[in-house]
Amino acid sequence: MKTTVFENARIVDPSRDMDEIGTVIVEGRKVAASGAAARNQGRPEGAEVVDCTGLAIVPGLVDARVFVGEPGAEHRETIASASVAAAAGGITSFIMMPDTQPVIDDIALVEFVLRTARDTALVNIHPAGAITKGLDGHEMTEFGLLRDAGAVGFTDGRNTIASAMVMRRALTYARDFGAVIAHETQDADLTADGVMNEGLYASWLGLAGIPREAELIPLERDLRLARLTGGAYHAAKISTGGSAEAVARAKAEGLNVTAGVSINHLSLNENDVGEYRTFFRLSPPLRAEEDRLAMIAALREGTLDIIVSSHDPQDVDTKRLPFADSAAGAIGLETLLAAALRLHHNGEVPLLRLIDALSTRPARIFGLPGGTLRPGETADLALVDLNAPWVVRETDILSRSKNTSFEGALFQGKVLKTLVAGRTVHAA
Amino acid sequence: MNTAPAFPPFPHRHLLGIRSLSPSDIENLLDRADAAVQISRQSEKKSAMLRGRTQINLFFESSTRTQSSFELAGKRLGADVMNMAVASSSVKKGETLIDTAMTLNAMRPDILVIRHSSAGAAALLAQKVGCAVVNAGDGSHEHPTQALLDAVTIRRARGTIAGLTVAICGDILHSRVARSNIILLNALGARVRVVAPSTLLPAGIEKMGVEPFHSMRDGLRGCDVVMMLRLQRERMAGAFVPSVREYFRYHGLDAEKLQWAKPGALVMHPGPMNRGVEIASAIADGAQSVIQEQVEMGVAVRMAVMAALLEERDSGR
Repeated sequence: MKTTVFENARIVDPSRDMDEIGTVIVEGRKVAASGAAARNQGRPEGAEVVDCTGLAIVPGLVDARVFVGEPGAEHRETIASASVAAAAGGITSFIMMPDTQPVIDDIALVEFVLRTARDTALVNIHPAGAITKGLDGHEMTEFGLLRDAGAVGFTDGRNTIASAMVMRRALTYARDFGAVIAHETQDADLTADGVMNEGLYASWLGLAGIPREAELIPLERDLRLARLTGGAYHAAKISTGGSAEAVARAKAEGLNVTAGVSINHLSLNENDVGEYRTFFRLSPPLRAEEDRLAMIAALREGTLDIIVSSHDPQDVDTKRLPFADSAAGAIGLETLLAAALRLHHNGEVPLLRLIDALSTRPARIFGLPGGTLRPGETADLALVDLNAPWVVRETDILSRSKNTSFEGALFQGKVLKTLVAGRTVHAA
Repeated sequence: MNTAPAFPPFPHRHLLGIRSLSPSDIENLLDRADAAVQISRQSEKKSAMLRGRTQINLFFESSTRTQSSFELAGKRLGADVMNMAVASSSVKKGETLIDTAMTLNAMRPDILVIRHSSAGAAALLAQKVGCAVVNAGDGSHEHPTQALLDAVTIRRARGTIAGLTVAICGDILHSRVARSNIILLNALGARVRVVAPSTLLPAGIEKMGVEPFHSMRDGLRGCDVVMMLRLQRERMAGAFVPSVREYFRYHGLDAEKLQWAKPGALVMHPGPMNRGVEIASAIADGAQSVIQEQVEMGVAVRMAVMAALLEERDSGR
């Protein structure tokens, strides 16, 4: 069995509230020891020793919202190519959205994803099941059979369920199976043909706006249904201060509610759209600077539980179009950690809370292994130089699609090594 | 039952639900039903208790088994039985129901047996007619004769109902059978559980005198009686339950799940069954099934109910 000893590392493990200099020993697939106490355990014979002075070790990131093109749009991203990009970003597990062709609404698709991931992927990939058949918002899928096949949580992906009755029944039925309903809320009628945040900027650009209420109204409906049903509800991707307040109220009431935000909405705002740059067309749209600041505050306080990449590969065919005609979405697996570290470097969010939001908490919400460096657990981790500067260049992108909203961005913080079950899947 | 009644009086003008019955009223009807079984088992199956009386079966919802059971019960007691098959589609609710009732009342029947898709329809009818009304099922409200026949079946198999643990499984939300059974079994001292997906449980179920469960494994553990309910097909296509196969997997009664109940636990179903949906054929037809006995007890219970109601009216109390 191969043993690696990472010495003198800053160990950031939110599962144990740990941020200290120490040693991490990886034996085979498992973490054998980790922490300051492990410094005195000595080096097992034949072990590889890595001096990590000035570097950090964190539990591998768990990205709860990743769109992949396989099956159906392999030219944008395959399960294999997404896993390479994830590994480069320090992500050791991700939840794959059911928005594929065909949709992941049947156990055969869950089995396909798990089989393909086992055979081709570098990281752990967990499919989420659709809430409704064909993502059409009407008929519930087989939560029990899908869960037993390996689906983690249920979501209609990019789609919002319009019917309150369908949402009520889904929350109720999912409760019997201990499953989380993750929902992205965007009212179709209020959104209409809107393509960016409603406001002065959209008005000058002559683009149809999307009001914040398009997100807030169905979100508040869902939170009331969560109270009615006692079901576990995850607001998958919120973008406004008002939404964060609604989630905070629900949590204060003791509801089984959690929330996520995409890294884009913590890093960018509507001004980044500039002159119709389609890589900044996102859903929900990039909001105003005050919303971004509200998101950061909510993340710091824990109202927002997790950060997701919302990795959404789009190709020339869907992005080299006039802004309003282009598809929404940006890739994000490779830049998730580096972009999040900006909040640490700016002093806006403590490092421990950041890693919690990127790893420990998503694993806990969706019941996944990972998110911890506890001895005995599987060795999914990332070795990070928190200070190394780098610039995002299109030519370096590993993802099959290049639609990053961080092209040319200067980041501080680079993943040097990623381990999945003790095996090195990325080394810079 | 042919001879002088040895039963205590049954002080009710109608049978609209189990709710209005005392435990001794229920025992009274069960005792009478026990006696009535004998009539059906004789080669001469006709008594004269209701000779010359008119019974009208008014079924706004189609039903083969309940209607024939009432018809046969009336005929075995010597009554003249008329079936008014009113397709529910051709009848509007409210005013028309009352119009129908007034018309029938003018024909001077002695007993009106009514089934209707609206909760409270039997009670509404009872206010408007002079004869005895028997509720043969009103919406998702009550189906008293079904609960009584279930009770007779259990009592004959186990000797008593008090102290037994009964699990009622399936579509509790829409079931009048479940509601009547919950009331009756509690009145006679049984412990009642309901087992269903949460989407098929009504609000406030935990305060209805039952212990709710979502898994068959937990719900059937240590049960003396497993009572399955029918699940309507239109409720299985993603609305309340995602699919037939998922429902059967987690809530259908098969040999594996039945093992979790007490050895030899009774298996019951009010019919008509969806084989392979809520119950596996091997279980429905198996040694623990008393489903055929339930059908036999149905006729006896209905004889007992109608005889008791008319005896009370004749007594002039």
